[in-house]
Amino acid sequence: MIRLENLTKVFDTPKGAVVAADHINMEVPSGEICILLGPSGCGKTTTLKMINRIIRPTSGKVFIDGQDTTSLDTQTLRRNIGYVIQQIGLFPNMTIEENITIVPKLLGWDAKKYKERARELMHMIALEPDAFLKRYPSELSGGQQQRIGVARALAADPPVMLMDEPFGAIDPINRAVIQDEFIKMQKELKKTIMFVSHDIDEAIKMGDRVAIFRDGHLVQYATPDELLAAPKDSFVESFLGEDRALKRLNLIKVHEIISTEVDTVSPQDSMQSALDKLDRNGYQHAIILVNEQRQPMGIIPRSVAKVSKGQCLDYAQHVPTVNVNDDLRKAVSLMLAHDITWLPCVDDDNRLCGHITQRTMTHHLGARYRVHQTSTEPATPSTEE
Amino acid sequence: MPIQSMKGMLRVLLLIAAFGLGVWGHASGVIEEFLFYLPDVQFLAVEHLWLTAISGALAIVVAIPLGILLSRPSMARWAESGMQVLNIGTTIPTLAVLALSMSLLGIGVVPAVFGLFVATLLPITRNTYTGLKGVSPALKEAAAGIGMSPAQRLMRVELPNALYVIFAGIRTALAINIGTVPLAFLIGAGGLGELIFTGIDLYDPVMMLAGAIPTAILAILVDALIALIAFIIVPRGVNPARRQA
Repeated sequence: MIRLENLTKVFDTPKGAVVAADHINMEVPSGEICILLGPSGCGKTTTLKMINRIIRPTSGKVFIDGQDTTSLDTQTLRRNIGYVIQQIGLFPNMTIEENITIVPKLLGWDAKKYKERARELMHMIALEPDAFLKRYPSELSGGQQQRIGVARALAADPPVMLMDEPFGAIDPINRAVIQDEFIKMQKELKKTIMFVSHDIDEAIKMGDRVAIFRDGHLVQYATPDELLAAPKDSFVESFLGEDRALKRLNLIKVHEIISTEVDTVSPQDSMQSALDKLDRNGYQHAIILVNEQRQPMGIIPRSVAKVSKGQCLDYAQHVPTVNVNDDLRKAVSLMLAHDITWLPCVDDDNRLCGHITQRTMTHHLGARYRVHQTSTEPATPSTEE
Repeated sequence: MPIQSMKGMLRVLLLIAAFGLGVWGHASGVIEEFLFYLPDVQFLAVEHLWLTAISGALAIVVAIPLGILLSRPSMARWAESGMQVLNIGTTIPTLAVLALSMSLLGIGVVPAVFGLFVATLLPITRNTYTGLKGVSPALKEAAAGIGMSPAQRLMRVELPNALYVIFAGIRTALAINIGTVPLAFLIGAGGLGELIFTGIDLYDPVMMLAGAIPTAILAILVDALIALIAFIIVPRGVNPARRQA
């Protein structure tokens, strides 16, 4: 847990005092990622760097796991906080192994233990230890270097990590890959993370909570969904963008809004029975055809069932499917690409487990706004997890 | 490759030239004249190297800590003016430095070593300072952020990354040093300058060259030696000479 209490930084500049961070109060619960978001010069980086005293606070306190860090000496404090910066900052004079093991060495681990740890970390970031440990940072690509940067920060297994635009300097394709890897790692490691970003999409993707900064003030601190659904003022609104409702699609998984009641036909069924099932269930468009393993093979459209005779297998038409663990953004994209208003949903073994429609989607997203219109209570974040 | 064959040609031409020079040297008796000075050259070269070694070592021992000191953030206010003083020092001709040190310390080895020390000090300090200042702020922030103490940052991050530039300063400084030692003869410290200046005074080109050529060879050898030490000491990751593809 990280708690900031009235954290303030005033810079003395030749033009007079500049308040970079003004009485910041916030708390990041253990095991969560908090994204500090805002335009440049808004105080997000200053706030982050006051936690490990790269920038000395003018006033205010930082608590880590309930302990007031003011009493800790700077080196001890920093060795217990993982720190990742945008410029990566690997030491070019050291091998990858020396870079990764530097904090354990500072903490006085014995050689056997930190060497083992280095190999463990390399596996965690999916780089082959034997191929990389003895190489130098200049011999690695930017993406590989930043993975090593993350590994270095994790080396001594600190409970808390600070990340200053860690993936900002990496090309978009690699960035998405590293973000996904990092989310996967975080699910197991459960570190408490403060993460500076200027990219709203990154914030929504990575953050359990997002803190929006402006001119040294913390404007809004909420879950991504809450933020997108109920921006506090026009600044937050404009920062999130006109398409913020669309961004919420990223936050919701298919399985959250799936309707599992779905009737199907099998390949040997007659077209007549398909038509009966369509009528009985009130399906307007089509019914799904599945094999014995309940894997979708296609659909029988109502228009075809009406005029055709024979086995369903012969009339099946291709249909895209979406995995229940995908987000709604992908589902919508598939619907748009195939000009359809519903999708069969499958599990990891490609077995049918339900369907989603555009209506259930808009209803689900809309529910959030209706709650906000009728009450001022913070709505239950129904789309979390 | 045309460049490759050019190199081969050049090598052959050089061999022919060296051979021709040898033939001419033998025929005209110059080589025997040179050999006449050999014992002198040996004695004076050792003296020459001692002057360089003592003044150079003193300069390194003083200049590197001075450069480190000037590069510390707490010294930022004084660093620029400090470097200006050093820069002005560099513009004073070394002969003038020797003359000044003679007027303070008299004649002999001590004022010579002191003068050489001053002349050598500046490039090393300057390169140590610029080398350390040139270490990327991101590296320093990373080093601080993971909990290194200021001393650990200096020893493990800043110095190793500045080392190549520092060595470049040492090379320059020692080249200047070796080239300046002949002037030390003028204030009575010996060295190969004895042959050079006496040769000039006596209109004896062979005697002059007997001092000048070994001086040049010493300069090249010392330079190569420092380059070798740099090659070995500077870590592979930050050593342009050892960087692999």
